Amino acid sequence: MDAFLHQVLSGLATGGIYAALALALVMIYQSTHHINFAQGEMAMFSTYIAWSFIDAGFPYWVAFVLTVLASLLIGIVIERVVIRPVEHAPVLSVVIVFIALLVILNSTAGWIFSYTIKTFPSPFDWRGLQNSYLSPHEIGSIGVTLMVLLVLYGFFRFTSLGLAMRAAAQNPVSSRLVGIRVGWMLALGWGLAAAIGAIAGMMIAPVIYLDPNMMSGVMLYAFAAALLGGIDNPFGAVLGGFIVGVVENIAGAYIVGTELKLSVALVLIVGVLLFRPSGLFGRRYVVRV
Amino acid sequence: MSALLEVTDLHAGYGPADVLHGVGFAVANGGITTVLGANGAGKTTLLRAVCGLIRRRGNVQFDGQSIATRTTERIVRMGLAHVPDGRGTFTLLSTEENLRVGAITRRDSRGVAADMQKMFTYFPRLQERRGQQAGTLSGGEQQMLAIARALMLRPKLLVLDEPSFGLAPMVVQDIFRIMRTVNQEEKVSILLVEQNARLALELADTAYLLETGRVVQGGPSEQLRDDETVRRAYLGY
Ligand SMILES: Nc1ncnc2c1ncn2[C@@H]1O[C@H](COP(=O)(O)OP(=O)(O)O)[C@@H](O)[C@H]1O
Ligand SMILES: [Mg+2]
Repeated sequence: MDAFLHQVLSGLATGGIYAALALALVMIYQSTHHINFAQGEMAMFSTYIAWSFIDAGFPYWVAFVLTVLASLLIGIVIERVVIRPVEHAPVLSVVIVFIALLVILNSTAGWIFSYTIKTFPSPFDWRGLQNSYLSPHEIGSIGVTLMVLLVLYGFFRFTSLGLAMRAAAQNPVSSRLVGIRVGWMLALGWGLAAAIGAIAGMMIAPVIYLDPNMMSGVMLYAFAAALLGGIDNPFGAVLGGFIVGVVENIAGAYIVGTELKLSVALVLIVGVLLFRPSGLFGRRYVVRV
Repeated sequence: MSALLEVTDLHAGYGPADVLHGVGFAVANGGITTVLGANGAGKTTLLRAVCGLIRRRGNVQFDGQSIATRTTERIVRMGLAHVPDGRGTFTLLSTEENLRVGAITRRDSRGVAADMQKMFTYFPRLQERRGQQAGTLSGGEQQMLAIARALMLRPKLLVLDEPSFGLAPMVVQDIFRIMRTVNQEEKVSILLVEQNARLALELADTAYLLETGRVVQGGPSEQLRDDETVRRAYLGY
């Protein structure tokens, strides 16, 4: 029983990271109707930035904040420079741009930082919290992801800028007609997605180590989470993240074994697409005209 | 009375071909102008061109400045609020959030709160639907919401694209009554595009007739109301 509880709780810890990444995917999907295939590589690159700051001697949390800010900026620049020009292009061209971005980020990281695996520190090493259920890093990581979710919720729900971003994602023409600068809102959405990815990357790197391909498995779970929850529903995506994290752990421990764990994500993705394409919580609202 | 909006020789369209061919009209400061015309005459295109949503060429003077090359966002911030064709509801936002979005460029949060209360007195139905997702409102309620959202900008000019379209006569009466109130009490000038020519000519002081992208008649509303061809084509008697 204790072992089972341990699997569930540690599934919630990784689930929080999937939730954050799934949320980043949903944010970009809602405003552009594209899935950002480069989300994982953006997070990986951000994690290398954090590693560089730490390597240069900055205290962990200073490096953390600097990385989040740098990622926000990089996300904005990527949107304005890379994505904006293909705004009205056919879906396939956009997908190719995303894939190109993925490859470029991956090889740039390999070129700058080399493909050798690096360790990444965890800021959570409180001895006092040692217990059999969760490691200090898992506890800290859950705390950080919950904090991120809470801050984002508050931002979108209660601030004027958050409202403007939601409006711009939903109805660009009406948004322009109330004076919202829609282009900037989209760019800011990319910035936020990149910042969220950076945090997710920094939280997962101590567990899976740092290398240019670190995010490929993680992103598969995040895609599964976003699809499971409903790609157009932020709350669904977050819930999907936690569900996927727990299911992954339990399946890995009791059903398919750790070697085949990744196939759980594929089964989920295919299952959702086959049986419930809009996800568990995909929007099914009534619109009268 | 000087003109708040003055348009001359306006050409505009979507693809390579123009839909408007040298249109001219004006809205007096504090006045109400209506543009009438059959389906497909170019009325919606005209309103889109004025607020910069589509490619256009010509002279557009608003509040003493040329806006012919300005972006929509800047024109709106100058005080031009547009209630678009189809209402433009933010369907996933609540009624109240729709109103907040209307005032998003304003910095006077007290004034915004007061104006929201005012909208609820104009449109009590919106207060009842305050927390409801706007996409679930009825057509009439969404039209009220669209007008209220535009008024939350505290505009100098309110531009409306067929606000009576598809609505029950009672609701249409309500909406026209509010337009008159807003014009008289808040001194908001109005540019109204309508299919319902009878009501529009009653409300407006100035009227224009648009046919295939050209203004074919224009002048005081009474003059158009009494005109034989207008009467036959648009008023039906
Ligand atoms: N988005 C569009 N793209 C291309 N042509 C359009 C578009 N909207 C309208 N048109 C054309 O412009 C002309 C005028 O349309 P519109 O301005 O909507 O007329 P009205 O509002 O008077 O009914 C029509 O011939 C229509 O086919
Ligand atoms: Mg029209």
